[in-house]
Amino acid sequence: MSTSTVFIISVVAIIILLYLFSRVAEIGKKISLYIILLLVAAFMIIPFYWMFVLSTHPTNAIFKYPPPFFFGNNFSANFKSMMESVNIVRSFLNSLLISGSHTALVLFFCSIGGYAFAMYRFPGRDQLFVILLATMMIPWTAGIIPWFFMMSRFGWINNPLALIIPGSANAFGIFWMRQYCINNVPSSLIDAANIEGCSEWLIFFRVIAPILKPAFAALGIMTFVNTWNDFMQPMLILRENHLHTLPLMLKYMLGDPTRGTDMGAMMLANTLAVLPILIAFLTASKYFMSGLTAGAIKE
Amino acid sequence: MIQSKPNTLNTGPRTRSQRSYLWNEIKRNKVAYVYIAPFYILFIIFGLFPIVAGFFISFFNWDGVSAMKFIGIRNYVRLLTDSLFWKALYNTIYIGIFSHIFILFGGLVLAYILNSKLVKYPNIFKTIYFLPMITSAVAASIVFQALFGLNAGLINFMLQTVGFEKIDWWGGTGQYVKIAIIIMFSWKWVGWNMVIYLSGMQGISEDIYEAAIIDGASHTQIFFRITIPLLKPVILFTLIQSTIGTINLFTEPFVLTGLKGGTANQGLTVMMYLLDRAPYGNNLYGYASACAYVLCAIIMMVSLINMKSFGEKE
Repeated sequence: MSTSTVFIISVVAIIILLYLFSRVAEIGKKISLYIILLLVAAFMIIPFYWMFVLSTHPTNAIFKYPPPFFFGNNFSANFKSMMESVNIVRSFLNSLLISGSHTALVLFFCSIGGYAFAMYRFPGRDQLFVILLATMMIPWTAGIIPWFFMMSRFGWINNPLALIIPGSANAFGIFWMRQYCINNVPSSLIDAANIEGCSEWLIFFRVIAPILKPAFAALGIMTFVNTWNDFMQPMLILRENHLHTLPLMLKYMLGDPTRGTDMGAMMLANTLAVLPILIAFLTASKYFMSGLTAGAIKE
Repeated sequence: MIQSKPNTLNTGPRTRSQRSYLWNEIKRNKVAYVYIAPFYILFIIFGLFPIVAGFFISFFNWDGVSAMKFIGIRNYVRLLTDSLFWKALYNTIYIGIFSHIFILFGGLVLAYILNSKLVKYPNIFKTIYFLPMITSAVAASIVFQALFGLNAGLINFMLQTVGFEKIDWWGGTGQYVKIAIIIMFSWKWVGWNMVIYLSGMQGISEDIYEAAIIDGASHTQIFFRITIPLLKPVILFTLIQSTIGTINLFTEPFVLTGLKGGTANQGLTVMMYLLDRAPYGNNLYGYASACAYVLCAIIMMVSLINMKSFGEKE
């Protein structure tokens, strides 16, 4: 680089700096705001970035000082080691099966329940709805021991049904669907369908379900992500390796009794476990945010 | 479909025609009962029954296999005199309070900045801050365990670069274990609270802000005098959620420190204590049930205090 270019660049830089300082009263505040936001953003992203980086390094490089900051070239060896340690495809499919079927059941039961509370006037409706709301106040932790014992009595230890069936018709989902129905389903529509002689099921699936699509999306995302990431219940229920969901598989790898922890392979498995939801989130972040915080946002 | 509700339901003894009217109403709406039945059936089996049974079991000595032995309140006495339980409770409350300084207050400040139109691209920041929420707690904990590594952890590297001593996060006397957990817990939840506050703030009319700015209010004043008071119901909701979440805190400290809470049990939370008694560690079913009931009492109490203290200021 010639001295003249350096000179020109520094002159331009000084002019820009002077211009910035001249407006510092106005924009100083804004800059400090951006600095705060960027620092927090860095704090949020660095763990992800470092996880990606470590997944491409061998274990001995990970435990060296200074730690690696940039991508290495040990990806394929880590991948091989990971495949020897755990069956990640199996775990992925387990997670998918459990989260998928649980979510499908939740959407089905909660939408018909919410629809019934919103659109029918039947004796005892208000009392039953108050009971439903009250159940949301009960901390479920109180029954965790009998719950577990019941599961073992049902033969549901090591059975994914224990994670799929309970909670599939849950109070929050019904409440939420009811609110959505009240606000979005015109009763004239149902009356018209009734007059045309549609059966109740046909009305629900042909007329109501399409209107509920946004509610399905939000409740579905919330249920799926929470089930996908859940750890405590699967830990109590799924005791065998071939049934492990992704979080259980990761925990098993962390303390792998047969091989010890290969940190590079561990981080690669971490990355692969996080990636599907991460990609889905980045493509539809708006829906994820409104879905996962749906419980707090009043209709 | 929309039928008028019989207005004679609760007045005095029912005549025959009223009874048959009620019965007809029930029959006519039978499909509605079918629609809502799954919830009540599942709730009775998987919700109500365990909670009632848990209260019952908490008065017994029971290992899950042999006969149950009634021992009165001795489980509760033993629990409340166990110093390890108090330590776990102390740890949990400590982690809960300090992490929520960041989670609640940080979430509010971030939401205020992003809502104020002072910065561009608020949606990008929103998305980034929400990232930890969609991440598996196990995966995140494993990464944080590495981040807090003694010799090769990124955080100790940064500390040393800036000129501080490196910190033995997991070892030593264990005095840093809770701080590490607090940092991770805040990292995970601040975005969730931020998004909730943001949606609450969007419900506040622009006119109020504009009027305040015309009257010469600074952003700090607006934040404390207008935004926070108007967001009270939302903040109360997050506080109650946080209370439940804190008492149930398990996955992160469990993965970070192990079932016993690491060095000197400094990372032991009440939920880990409970599951270590039964069913994950030992088989003290009665004792663990007593523990579960004490935790519920704590959740109820703190939630009530939250509601009371927020209600009085109104």
